Amino acid sequence: MTMDVMQLQRKFSEHQSALYREGFLDDQFVQLQKLQDESSPDFVIEVVTMYFDDSENLLNNMARVLEQNPVDFKQVDAHVHQYKGSSASIGAARVKNLCAPFRTYCEAQNLEGCVRCLQQLQHEYSLLKNNLQYLFRLQQEIQAAGGKVPTPE
Amino acid sequence: MSMAARTQFHVLAVDDSLIDRMLIERLLKTSSFHVTVVDSGSKALEFLGLNENKKIRAETPSAASETHQVVEVNLIMTDYCMPGMTGYDLLRKIKESKSLKDIPVVIMSSENVPSRINRCLEEGAEEFFLKPVQQADLNKLKPHLMKGRVKEEEQVIEPINNKRKGMEESHSPEKTRAKI
Repeated sequence: MTMDVMQLQRKFSEHQSALYREGFLDDQFVQLQKLQDESSPDFVIEVVTMYFDDSENLLNNMARVLEQNPVDFKQVDAHVHQYKGSSASIGAARVKNLCAPFRTYCEAQNLEGCVRCLQQLQHEYSLLKNNLQYLFRLQQEIQAAGGKVPTPE
Repeated sequence: MSMAARTQFHVLAVDDSLIDRMLIERLLKTSSFHVTVVDSGSKALEFLGLNENKKIRAETPSAASETHQVVEVNLIMTDYCMPGMTGYDLLRKIKESKSLKDIPVVIMSSENVPSRINRCLEEGAEEFFLKPVQQADLNKLKPHLMKGRVKEEEQVIEPINNKRKGMEESHSPEKTRAKI
């Protein structure tokens, strides 16, 4: 194994640790990584890519519904509920945690609160996406060099 | 008939969320289950050979309104919150069906609502898992699956050596045959 691969692996481990430490990811992401093996080497990337598509869809839907007049808060709530579920499924902790207060605002039919929550959600999702895409780039470089992708401790 | 010659357990998983379908399929496969995944209750019923509107694969001409089950399914895992037919609705239909009622059903939900959980258990669900479902949850399935296997094997008249099957603690060695 070359020095390069080891450096990549170290970068990967450090970035991964940071994501857990800063609460972007929780234990469920660890579970996802455990499900990845030689028979399914791209499992995590596949699921997360699906999650990105789903996220963008849902966030767009929420924005659209909140722009209507009158606002169908039940619809918004349905989207948030779905987003909470998929975020929990992949271990996107920060995104998931923003969904509960969002749902409360939906129930209270508080438009301002909902719009604020949506903005926070979009911001948080954007951060997560950038962070994960960086992690995956490193992963692919490690795999291309024939190295093993470090698993979390 | 030795355990080694037995085919894998076949699980039918039902969930309208694509991500959750990917997850449950991977989880089950890594635990050596044979898996079929569908995205709705009605598709699940169709797969199980229970078509409400018309007969598709009638095995014998009879007055029965259900088609004979063609595919063997050892366990059904279904999400609770689904558009159209909920997991609870699906559970009820399965328990009302003569051919399907003995298949263990597990409900999955992202929400921890005690009244919901109780309602499902009362309707005959074996377990209720909170999502996201994990490996540890799947370990709880073994007793339910083994119970099903015992029932199947009773229908074949042959001596069964329980020690060979490595039954769970809930099945005592003296109890060689569970009641149908």
